Amino acid sequence: MGGSILGNRVLRKEDPKFLTTGGQYVDDLLDEPLLKDAVHVTYARSSVAHGRILSIDTSEAAQMPGIIAVFTGADLALEPVPSAFNPAATRTLLAMDKVRYVGEPLAIIVSETREQGEDASEAIIVDYDVLEALVDVEQAMTSSVHLYEACGSNVVFDSTFLGMPANTGDAYFEGCEVVVKGRYVNQRVAPCPLEVRGAAAAWGPDGRLTQWLSTQHAQGAPAPIAAANGVDVSQVRVKTPDVGGGFGAKIGTYPEDLLLGVVAKRVGRPVRWRETRSESMVGLGHGRAQLQYITIGGSRDGKVTHYQFHAIQDSGAWVDMGTILAPFMTRPMSSGVYAIPNIECHTTSVVTNTTPTVAYRGAGRPEATAAIERAMDMFAAEIGMDAAEVRRINLIPKFMEPHTTAIGGTYDVGDYEESLNRTLAASDYAGWRKKQAERRANNDPKQLGIGVSVYVEITGGVGTGESAKVEVLEDGSARVYTGTSPHGQGHDTSWSMLASEQTGIPMDKIELVWGDTDLVPIGSGTMGSRSLQQGGNAVYSVAGTLAEKAKAVAARLLEANEADIVLDKDQGIFHVAGTPAVSKTWADLAVAEKSTGGLVHSDVIGVTGPTFPFGAHVGIVEVDTETGKVTHIAHYACDDAGTVLNPMLLEGQIHGGVAQGAAQALMEEVRYDEDGNPITSNLADYAFISAAELPSVTVIHMETPTPNNLIGAKGIGESGTIGSTPALQSAVIDAVSHLGVRHIDMPTTAERVWSAIQQAR
Amino acid sequence: MKVTITVNGTKHESEIEPRTLLVQYVRENLGLTGTNIGCDTSSCGACSLHVNGESVKSCTMLAAQADGCEVTTIEGLAKDGVMHPMQQAFMENHGLQCGYCTPGMVMASISLLKENPNPTEEEVRIGLEGNLCRCTGYHNIVKSVLAAAQAK
Repeated sequence: MGGSILGNRVLRKEDPKFLTTGGQYVDDLLDEPLLKDAVHVTYARSSVAHGRILSIDTSEAAQMPGIIAVFTGADLALEPVPSAFNPAATRTLLAMDKVRYVGEPLAIIVSETREQGEDASEAIIVDYDVLEALVDVEQAMTSSVHLYEACGSNVVFDSTFLGMPANTGDAYFEGCEVVVKGRYVNQRVAPCPLEVRGAAAAWGPDGRLTQWLSTQHAQGAPAPIAAANGVDVSQVRVKTPDVGGGFGAKIGTYPEDLLLGVVAKRVGRPVRWRETRSESMVGLGHGRAQLQYITIGGSRDGKVTHYQFHAIQDSGAWVDMGTILAPFMTRPMSSGVYAIPNIECHTTSVVTNTTPTVAYRGAGRPEATAAIERAMDMFAAEIGMDAAEVRRINLIPKFMEPHTTAIGGTYDVGDYEESLNRTLAASDYAGWRKKQAERRANNDPKQLGIGVSVYVEITGGVGTGESAKVEVLEDGSARVYTGTSPHGQGHDTSWSMLASEQTGIPMDKIELVWGDTDLVPIGSGTMGSRSLQQGGNAVYSVAGTLAEKAKAVAARLLEANEADIVLDKDQGIFHVAGTPAVSKTWADLAVAEKSTGGLVHSDVIGVTGPTFPFGAHVGIVEVDTETGKVTHIAHYACDDAGTVLNPMLLEGQIHGGVAQGAAQALMEEVRYDEDGNPITSNLADYAFISAAELPSVTVIHMETPTPNNLIGAKGIGESGTIGSTPALQSAVIDAVSHLGVRHIDMPTTAERVWSAIQQAR
Repeated sequence: MKVTITVNGTKHESEIEPRTLLVQYVRENLGLTGTNIGCDTSSCGACSLHVNGESVKSCTMLAAQADGCEVTTIEGLAKDGVMHPMQQAFMENHGLQCGYCTPGMVMASISLLKENPNPTEEEVRIGLEGNLCRCTGYHNIVKSVLAAAQAK
């Protein structure tokens, strides 16, 4: 009897294709019959951040070579569409009356080649009455200039709208021995999947619209596509080719996606659209962009008793997903891993003349963690206590039953001190502190900084379960259908492991189907670190049920009692217990069931609730105090995601997460000038982190299973990002803290570090 | 204009527009879509391939400049169904996730080892600075390249 495949370092089934011919991304669909003779769509975009549109002249563009059609919003008779999160905010999918950010689409060019479309987009002449651009979120809060006049304010969402209490101010801290205040900028960053946005659309001879989409959630797309095209949702099929990364920014649909069917119908040909990177940097949603005011109070012995947090979320120029992350994801996590008896958290979301914000790896939890971790560091500095020690004093003790924090977040299981202990030990924290002391004593121009973070986050907060279908074909192979949507996570491998474990069908005989709404109509996609705990869980459950159903079929074929049938998973055969010589294969069973609808089982499997991965990170940096240059020299990450299905994939998620977290802490920031012009809108100007700026990561394993699903798994997709960012920001500040520096906003660039040192001197 | 370019061992005589980039040529004229486009500033390296055995970002080169050259793309690496040691190393070390940067990363890595057969970790990191990846954090890419160097 072989052992379980679960928990093993199984290599990825999907890799040979990616490594030999490359994936088939939406722009690679050259042989798709429905896209034969497809034309190219290019969007002309606003070049000003805020303005009334006086006129759009497309006449010159329309005359250029290869141009089939040019459409404005008026040509398409577009109607305003309300935001899902604040219906008073409405916009047309192409800007008609107003533009609200640089890059907002305002006309469509349809051309024979992509280059012709790009050329023509530059010939579209727009006359604007330029309005004041609101780039700064605090300025936008109080400005009398409103992006959406019908909202009556640029504050488009507030936790008090939900009945949550406002913060009470400084009176809250009466009686605290120590009170520390902070203003932190959790800066705007660009998700930057390597594959930019792209889609294609074709109306079939049956009158249905097929849209190929680079997305994390195909099943979320038909409804908005159908609405934009004025057809019933049953008339839309969305197909997901390989997707070159998403990181949250490809969860929703964008105006550019929604209008492709409309255009295809108008010109009577299928259409393709792929943005350029420069378009993507302003068109794909941005992440983070939260201004944080915190006050933390407690006693000189290190106990934190009071914490007050006001998160001001920059929504950008549309009331999109980014708007609601602060109240729904940041606020419930504001206590972090700490037993703080008194917490207030108020969130305010504000529109500005910048690219709309959406979910980005962590989506609201990195912001919560960064705020509390920075506050803990400042509290530690104020009372002169070691950062790790202050954390230890305030950690929520180990709990194996749900624990509710003062702000109302209910966590499943946690052992935060153990994760901190393991990380401090594995990183040789004491050893680094010793080295740091030596460099300080020697007045070395290159100082060491050590940052610690302990975090908890919420995963699987999206969806309450997932669909799965397992079908055994007549050749004994299986097809697994899932409502999740892999774009790098390796579900082909993981879900095959789970299905193989239950059925004994070898992994290489299992094919995964996802992202096609005709084949998988129910699904919540891949986001919020939900896939394994909900989608994998569903595959595991459904495959298990199918194996039980199959026993009944085998019993019939073997003329035996169902209770006596066993499934030999090593060989993938069914036989009567004790007589393995007479057996039936999965193929035999599938053939036998052919006339009655096949050997298949499908279901939507619920989970008990979201899960709360936790862990601790130690980041080590070297800071050149003469130039401010920061070098990330070591990183230790303990991320407890519950039961591990495939440690190789888990580590991969941590590595990638740490890099994106480090990118925010040390390098990356989307910037605008005061008129709202983006100044980081390509990969030459945006400080996308490279291999040269990162160390290898030491992963420290820890597994505390959750009771909330069959597998015991929590999410791992975002943990690395959440833990690493505060550890690294803290490390940079720690490196120069002996010079009197208490805080440096992210990204901790050389210029900022150098300036902080000069100011402290 | 007319160009003659040998791609993955096959000679192609093609009529192209003078402004055609090499990456467009392999993708659109030859249908070799393994080579990806990730940016428009020659920053990301997703389009890296080999021209006369050297790694080139094929968005920085006109197809016309490759006239008479030997070009190798990701599709041309495996021989008789056996992956190149670098492809194998990426698979064994989980050096890829979404796969979009992968073809360019593999091509650049082969070139890196050709120039420096026994690099240190730091040399690999600096050598791959021009190839961006958003998924892996580079950890396993670096590991893959070091493993491929060892395997030789």
